[in-house]
Amino acid sequence: MSTKDNWKIWEVFIRSRNGLSHKHVGSLHAPDADMAIKNARDVYTRRSEGISIWVVESEAITASSPDENEPLFAPADDKVYRHPTFYDIPDEVGHM
Amino acid sequence: MDQNLLEYTLRIGDNALILGQRLSEWCGHGPILEQDIALSNIALDHIGQARMLMQYAAEQKGADFTEDKMAFFRDIWEYRNALIVELENGDWAKTICRQFLFDTYNYYFYTALLSSADERLKEIAQKAIKEVSYHAQWSAEWIIRLGDGTEESHQKAQNALNELWEWTGELFEMDAVDEDMISKGIGVDLTQLKKDWNVKVDQILEMATLKRPEDAWMQSGGKQGEHTEYLGYVLAEMQHLPRMYPEANW
Repeated sequence: MSTKDNWKIWEVFIRSRNGLSHKHVGSLHAPDADMAIKNARDVYTRRSEGISIWVVESEAITASSPDENEPLFAPADDKVYRHPTFYDIPDEVGHM
Repeated sequence: MDQNLLEYTLRIGDNALILGQRLSEWCGHGPILEQDIALSNIALDHIGQARMLMQYAAEQKGADFTEDKMAFFRDIWEYRNALIVELENGDWAKTICRQFLFDTYNYYFYTALLSSADERLKEIAQKAIKEVSYHAQWSAEWIIRLGDGTEESHQKAQNALNELWEWTGELFEMDAVDEDMISKGIGVDLTQLKKDWNVKVDQILEMATLKRPEDAWMQSGGKQGEHTEYLGYVLAEMQHLPRMYPEANW
């Protein structure tokens, strides 16, 4: 069990089929990139979920901080004019 | 019925069945979740291969036989697996080491079986080779990391290798059944396979900084139905339910 401590965490991205983009599916432990791919194959694709795997070391990801949610995201909330909701859409166009 | 073909089918099928059963003991006990799932996957691959081979063996035996009957109602001396697959799992290093030694053999075996003159064995090999190739890659990657890892992992891997070595000779032994199957273009020539196995094993062990043990006296007998005391325990666990409740269903 001691190895667990020095195993890195990897974020796993799977592409379910051609034409779609890779989607984040979760994370896992692995000692290096090759084993991370193998582990991802075993943990996340054993029910035919994917045809391509990306793994990225979790620590290589820069994330926004929850503390900054207000300045980052709140200003968008009161700018309804940024959403294209003011157009009259002809019926023939259907659902957009 | 071709008695030698049946024997040959069971040898391949029993390797898969017993190793699958052994590996499934790790389910819920892997050193880390990812490896727990990986080994369980591999166990299931072996069980899947065993099913195809047991179905084929049952068909050869006749209408009274089914894959379940082949798996659950044969006793120790009727099993034809190589001894190495019935040994206790031991620690992680030993399980990985056994996988590496056996997977490498199995990879070359199924590769050769792809050109078998027996259509069914050929079809089974076509399906199995994808799984078996992955197993061989996976366990080789692991043996490299254990051998070339920490001092402790190196020592454990070397101990496992030393302990398991005497069980590898049987994989390449050939008897009259093998000779007959080879002469009919059905079976695999293990002399050639041994050469490939040696090259691969040496190459991976070198990368793993592990020392190849000297070839000395080798254990043998599983292919003829003479087993270690361990197989009885494996079968007891695997067979007790269907034997106690023969008509049991999910």
